[in-house]
Amino acid sequence: MSGSATSDLLLSVDGVTIDYSGFKALDGFSLTLNRGERRVVIGPNGAGKSTLCDTIIGRVRPSEGRVIFKGEDIHRLPEQQIVARGICRKFQAPGVLPTLSVRDNLALAARKDRRWWKSFGTGIPAEEKQAVDEALDMVALTHRAGVEAGTLAHGEKQWLEIAMVLATGAELLLLDEPTAGMGPAETSRTAELILSLGDSRTVLVIDHDMSFVEQLAAPVTVMHQGRFLKQGSIAEVRADPEVAAVYLGHTA
Amino acid sequence: MPDLSILSARLDPVKPVLPWLLLALGIAAPFALSAYDLNLLARFMAMGIVALGIVLIWGHGGILSLGQGVFFGLGGYAIAMHMKVADLPAGEIPDFMLWSGRESLPLWWTPFASPIFTILAILLVPALLGALFSWAVFHRRVGGTYFALITQAMALAFATLIISRQDVTGGFNGLTDFYSVFGFGLSSPGVPTGLYWVTLALLCVGFIGLRWLLASRFGMLLRAARDGENRVRFLGYSPTPFKVVAFAIAAMLAGVGGALFTLHAGVVSPALIGVVPSIEMVVWVAIGGRYSLAGAVVGALLVNLARDAVSSAFPELWLYLMGALFIFVVTLLPRGLAGLFKGKGA
Amino acid sequence: MDALFLNQLFNGASLASLYLLAALGLALSFGLMRVINMAHGEMLMLGGYLAWMTLLVVPGAAGIILAIPVAFVGAAAMGGLIQSTLIRRLSARPLDTLLATWGVSLILQQAARDLFGAIGVEVRAPEWLAGSFTLAGVTLPSARLFIIAIAALVLGALALLLLKSRIGLLVRAVNQDRMMASASGIDVKLVDFAVFCLGSGIAGLAGVMLALLGPVTPSVGQSYIIPAFLVVVMGGLGSIVGTTASAIILGLFAALAQIFVDVSVAQMLLLVFVILFIQVRPQGVIAVKSRQLDA
Repeated sequence: MSGSATSDLLLSVDGVTIDYSGFKALDGFSLTLNRGERRVVIGPNGAGKSTLCDTIIGRVRPSEGRVIFKGEDIHRLPEQQIVARGICRKFQAPGVLPTLSVRDNLALAARKDRRWWKSFGTGIPAEEKQAVDEALDMVALTHRAGVEAGTLAHGEKQWLEIAMVLATGAELLLLDEPTAGMGPAETSRTAELILSLGDSRTVLVIDHDMSFVEQLAAPVTVMHQGRFLKQGSIAEVRADPEVAAVYLGHTA
Repeated sequence: MPDLSILSARLDPVKPVLPWLLLALGIAAPFALSAYDLNLLARFMAMGIVALGIVLIWGHGGILSLGQGVFFGLGGYAIAMHMKVADLPAGEIPDFMLWSGRESLPLWWTPFASPIFTILAILLVPALLGALFSWAVFHRRVGGTYFALITQAMALAFATLIISRQDVTGGFNGLTDFYSVFGFGLSSPGVPTGLYWVTLALLCVGFIGLRWLLASRFGMLLRAARDGENRVRFLGYSPTPFKVVAFAIAAMLAGVGGALFTLHAGVVSPALIGVVPSIEMVVWVAIGGRYSLAGAVVGALLVNLARDAVSSAFPELWLYLMGALFIFVVTLLPRGLAGLFKGKGA
Repeated sequence: MDALFLNQLFNGASLASLYLLAALGLALSFGLMRVINMAHGEMLMLGGYLAWMTLLVVPGAAGIILAIPVAFVGAAAMGGLIQSTLIRRLSARPLDTLLATWGVSLILQQAARDLFGAIGVEVRAPEWLAGSFTLAGVTLPSARLFIIAIAALVLGALALLLLKSRIGLLVRAVNQDRMMASASGIDVKLVDFAVFCLGSGIAGLAGVMLALLGPVTPSVGQSYIIPAFLVVVMGGLGSIVGTTASAIILGLFAALAQIFVDVSVAQMLLLVFVILFIQVRPQGVIAVKSRQLDA
């Protein structure tokens, strides 16, 4: 075991069980991500994909198992502290702050010092302003920067939220169905956006739109009933009879 | 909702000048009004200060407090206790204590002889109590309707406690018969007008301070937490301190308003701070506009003017009217009078 | 001391019964619609006045028995009116609902003042309710025993309704997942309406009990409704078991605290107790797990 191999490990979800009064949304599930890796998690409805995100970000607490991020067990930390460690999540339904402008949404996301007593001011440090401008540019929302986020179209909200996740500077991005409600053209652009990140960020994408998953050209982990089922390239997974059996009767 | 867009389009150009117009009226008032009317206006302006705080927590923070009367009362009783103690010859105790059979001043009354202690108490006691109370509820992620119900229970408990401790609080009758404040005789020439100016100045300070606060990043995060508390959490902020600080500021403003009101009205009593007065404070803001500082001040003035006009002639009618106002404003005019002016409120 | 303790224990049980009857309707509707009707206290008042009027027409024991359904139906009808004209329009705005229904509460109280006078009316309890039993040195007034029995009966009937009937099944379905219930063809609005009427009716019935204890005044509901609000806060979202447990805890707490302190301090302690309870169990006595995601 070489030193560089272990230091490449960013996240390790270790035998996690989430129990909703008897229904196990996750059942001893494990997953590891290396720094700079891009990974897709798929599985039929109810497989536990969103619960996996909920667990990593601290929204639900596992009854068994641990979540190790950068060598630290984070599974008992409050959400905002987990975020402060460098994990950010995009939710399934677009979650922008509706009464703030697009720019202010990003400014809050890009803020480095998030303590309340540092909030009595209006100025934005140059470094944060640059991050905001870059994020606006990346999702092509610069011309909409001044409008209230609540008035954006659905696809624009999805992109704004992706931009917010990027602007936080988080090392690990959890994208939970980032293309929900998008048309094919918008979906392709989203895939390009994620690809353009290269290995600068570690990205975990959850989706069940297969054409989108294919564009991401990343290793795929298949979940079923809260457990690990298969892992491999998209072609391998597609050809796997077990995976096909699981998806039979479900929407693929 | 009735279509008010035509009206609001007409009123739109007025919006930026409205606070200045109000200030001009406020400055002109001492030269135009009788002493009685000026006193009335000063009382209503003190209530306007309370209303400013409610805009902060309710409009921008989504925190409905049905217990602002508690903080109003803390400020009011603090200044009243000072006036009671400061006028006393050495060794004597206020008359109502004598009548209740007390022989000595309670220990916690004595520091109120000091003007500085009193001013600090007016500012800090409501703020600290507000912070402690709201933190205890918010940090456990209890909020919304639950919080409103708990604040109402607080208003009831506070008023009941004051009524039952007749010998040290003046009980149901409250505290009254004041002669001087900080060395100025209340009926000396110039003092009532001076107090009016103090009230106007503090109203302006509160207005400008909150305007700045709401425009700052703090205001943004407060609104963000109102619209999506979890969203704020997943951006890495803890929403609790923003809500707690806002609540403490609103409590402080209510305390200042209560102290000024007591000075102008010459009385503080449980009837001014319990469950019903507390919720009336919310109706001022509901009518004026929950997102608008200027609207809330106007709301406090208008509702109290109307109350003064109606309730002296037809006391029964006032309660029907207020009930109907609540229903009307909340269902049909959720942005209050300020909603008639176009533009974004929150 | 022992007799005093037992006496307060008994008083606590009857207080808890009243809290429970006042809070059940609030908790049921809160579980379904996430709104609180601030005019719920006036349903108690209405029940009290309806009991008084019933006894004017039919005096004696039969009157009390008759007053129960009359108050139930009267308060249920008033609740239905409030729900369908006001609360339904505001259902997405729980805080505004509080304020609007407070307006209703003011109007109802003033109307009662104009109709029946501010002083209140006295309901003469029949002979068999006016007496008392003595047990182990403790005096148990029959009226209070009657109240405890009625509360137990109501609770039993409600549990039966929710667990065994088709209506109960619908209520539980909507309670668990509103969207799903609506998607599977349940008339969610009708369920809301029915539950609101039922809850208001139970409060009206509680009003009959209040009439047995003292004069019915326009503000009689106010003295019980704020503790009932605290019961809802502490009970856990819409849980009947939680509401019952929390009514018993708060009723006993209020009565036992009065052994050591006076009523006003006891009221303050009740509030402090609830806030401390939140520190330990913010989700209420019974935590209702919900996968519905908030913002």
